[in-house]
Amino acid sequence: MTGADRPDATHPPSPVAAVDHGAAGAEVAGPAFTPGAVPVLSAGGQHRELREMLYFALRDKRILVGATIILLFVAIGIAGPVIDQQDPLAYVGPLSAPPSAAWWFGTTTFGQDVFAQFANGLQSTFIVGLLGGGLAAVIGISVGFVAGYKGGYVDEILNLVTNVILVIPTLAVLIVFAAYLQARGVIIEAVFIGLTSWPWAARAIRAQTFSLRAREFVDLASLSGMSSWKIIFQEIAPNMGSYLFMTFILLFGGAVLIAATLDFIGLGPTDGISLGTMMNNAVLWSALQLGMWWWFIPPGLGITAIVGSLYVMNVGLDEIFNPKLRDI
Amino acid sequence: MRRYFARKFVIYIVTFWVAVTLDWMIPRFMPGNPVDGMLARMSLQPEAANTMMGYFLSAFGLDKPIWQQYLNFWSALFHGDLGISVWLFPQPVLSIILNAVWYTIALLAPAIILSWITGNWFGAWVARRKRLDNSVLPIGYILTATPYMWLGILLAWLFGSVLVILPLSGAYSYGMSPSLTWDFFASAFSHWLLPFLSLYLVMFGGWAIGMRNMIIYELESDYSHYLEALGAPQSLVRRYAYQNALLPQLTGLALALGVIVAGALVTEVVFGYPGLGYLVLQAIQNEDYFLLQGVFLFVIIGVLLANFIIDIVYVAVDPRTRIGMTGGNR
Amino acid sequence: MSLSVQDLRVYYRTLAGDVKALDGVTFEIADGEIMGLAGESGCGKSTLGKSLIHFDSRMRYIGGEVVLDRARLPISNQPAMDEFRLKSISIIPQYAMSALNPIRKVGAITSELMESRGESFSALRPELERRLELVGLEHSILDRYPIELSGGMKQRMVIVISTLLNPSLLIADEITSALDVSTQKAVAETLVEFRDRGFVKSMIVITHDLSILHQVADTITVMYAGKLAEKASASRIIDAPMHPYTQQLISSLPEVGVRFAEKRLSGIPGSPPALLDPPAGCRFRPRCPLADAQCLAEPPFAAIEPDHTVACWKV
Repeated sequence: MTGADRPDATHPPSPVAAVDHGAAGAEVAGPAFTPGAVPVLSAGGQHRELREMLYFALRDKRILVGATIILLFVAIGIAGPVIDQQDPLAYVGPLSAPPSAAWWFGTTTFGQDVFAQFANGLQSTFIVGLLGGGLAAVIGISVGFVAGYKGGYVDEILNLVTNVILVIPTLAVLIVFAAYLQARGVIIEAVFIGLTSWPWAARAIRAQTFSLRAREFVDLASLSGMSSWKIIFQEIAPNMGSYLFMTFILLFGGAVLIAATLDFIGLGPTDGISLGTMMNNAVLWSALQLGMWWWFIPPGLGITAIVGSLYVMNVGLDEIFNPKLRDI
Repeated sequence: MRRYFARKFVIYIVTFWVAVTLDWMIPRFMPGNPVDGMLARMSLQPEAANTMMGYFLSAFGLDKPIWQQYLNFWSALFHGDLGISVWLFPQPVLSIILNAVWYTIALLAPAIILSWITGNWFGAWVARRKRLDNSVLPIGYILTATPYMWLGILLAWLFGSVLVILPLSGAYSYGMSPSLTWDFFASAFSHWLLPFLSLYLVMFGGWAIGMRNMIIYELESDYSHYLEALGAPQSLVRRYAYQNALLPQLTGLALALGVIVAGALVTEVVFGYPGLGYLVLQAIQNEDYFLLQGVFLFVIIGVLLANFIIDIVYVAVDPRTRIGMTGGNR
Repeated sequence: MSLSVQDLRVYYRTLAGDVKALDGVTFEIADGEIMGLAGESGCGKSTLGKSLIHFDSRMRYIGGEVVLDRARLPISNQPAMDEFRLKSISIIPQYAMSALNPIRKVGAITSELMESRGESFSALRPELERRLELVGLEHSILDRYPIELSGGMKQRMVIVISTLLNPSLLIADEITSALDVSTQKAVAETLVEFRDRGFVKSMIVITHDLSILHQVADTITVMYAGKLAEKASASRIIDAPMHPYTQQLISSLPEVGVRFAEKRLSGIPGSPPALLDPPAGCRFRPRCPLADAQCLAEPPFAAIEPDHTVACWKV
């Protein structure tokens, strides 16, 4: 997905197609989206094509490396807190200790176990990514489908809403909102993110829906009396399956980044720990000046690795789903 | 073209209205009351507290009916009155913001412009050869996946703590005051360099990747194939592809502004650089909601303005918007 | 001899293997000849047209020789083909209506292309303007952007640009497919006029529409499944085709004045073979009413009379 859009609020998008001209695959996010019509799966060949895609997916270096890295972090996130039963916020060890056999990632200025914080933080990062990204995906995809399929007034109104949210620096809104809430949880954060990061996805889905709507099989379906929703879900969506999946991946990555940013300025969940909160604490307690690299490098590295892997996987998936891009 | 601008204008007006209303609404419908917070910090006797409460409520206009508060808010806005700061009482919010905004612009303007220009060049250059593409592209992805503040932290640590060659915080050395001296500029520059770099690098990665993808897409277009079939040299084909690819990149810039501003805010926090971002942090920490609202409004207006400028530039460079989208494009 | 093609083989690389789109094609075109190239979708006619001038990214040269005006065309070496493109051999592509860079003025596109090929645009300008008038375009078109032009205007502009340097061979790839009937006639007549005026020496007109070829072509070559089926003069092909495929193709065309009740249109049952792994022998065998065991061996593309070549055992 090129020229397309990046889903998150803290990174410049690499848009692919001029969003205003409704070209396919308008992207505000991704380094990953390539424009161009989504190839329609042939009716009979869907299974064979899926299998063929899977075959190539498992052989693509980018997808393999990306998926491995993400799975590694998921494993740490799940297994870590089980193995190392430490309460991440408890004061347990020597103050400001560098990594050692006893404390894998060292300790903070208060003697907290950095590895425990990291593993637990990963959990919260993934939860926010899934929930926030998922919510944004649901909203963005629905809005995109409806706007793209219905056209006319519905489209104009939805476009206006999308554009307004697109232009408003949503992080600023989130900051103001979050500042007023006394108690914040991961769920609320995810909901906020989900409600504000969907516009670029709606744009992209709308553009694709436009191009698919013009094809004959949709005309056929509507002539035979299918209701709009049925057409959207049974005819259009399956053909965009790959595109929808890639959109979700980018939204997931974006949610992770936005959450990290919010957490970093102190607006994250008021209890528990996350990767962004770790970095916030590190900076607040002069980890930079004290050279306590083990406190701030792992969380940032974790986020970079996860989001980066998602983007790279996306590129690989794009080539799989869009045979035209394959370089033999 | 008129249609194009008319649509844009409507969007901007509506966006502005929504943003301002949101901005006004949030403190009034959230639990808690900023004045309570202020009073709590003052720890006064109950009767004194009540008097102060009455005073503050009227000072902040909170004692009038809701609809009047809303209208007052708009009229104050048009008079350039963004209210009084709670944290730095009785300084007006606008003057506090104006002191800080220049630092943010000093970071953002060069970072955005330079990263866009050099990122596009680099992306187009990388799209040339497969080997370059394979080895260099991952760097672009890593850069663009890096959270702004983490890159800021890394740079600050590397250059400020490990190699002590650049300062870690502030806009200029503590002992100095702004003056037109060489010393001052040198100090200001060394303080500016790291925050600028961390913004620049992340954005650079994004544009490079976007441009690389766009070039590949444009090289598969019909006009590219036609030129190649007629024996045109690669330099001409690539030039056309590059020019076409710049357009969506320009649109992307407009769309990215909200995001970039957020990045700048966060970077300033890392470096204690006294721009709007740092102001936001202080406002949050000191529960100065009016300052927070004022900054937010400022940011919105800035982003809308920038969007508008980019729209004008876009029309100037894309003949299709000038001439209109009707006809001819079958 | 203007063009001579010997046993040309060009395959498409795909993940599943090589698609043998062009599998041994041999023919000649004389100076001044307009050869129509007809056949169903997927028979390889567009591949043949493209392979002579510019391979797309999936095409791979396997074998064969192409000689134009006694010079061997280095089609296996795409960069080396540049010196021939536009000057000796040119193309009006299938996508002519989107072949112009949308953000440059038409005149700038033309001048930049010509200058990049080492031709002075100012020297060419008078001739360019004459040609514009010939196809019915105003000189002011050079100051317009492609988006300001209609589809027909863009196509005519492409015709002018592609033939400006008087190439020996022009390949016209499905240029009438997207047009209405009266415009088709006008474009077809333009092609013939360009040949008559000497702007172009010979032409290959690729189309699936035999009726156009009837109007403009001197000879018609029919392709099937990557190989040539028959080549003869246009009147021969239309009135007295010899290859069973050609015969069925002609009879599937409606005749003016004949009603359906009097003579039913016959289609050709079945479909062409997939070219990933084509069957041995004559490729038309599964659908041919005359097929028998002899057809398991591939028939040679041989002349049964002067200027009439057919690839069939039964002729």
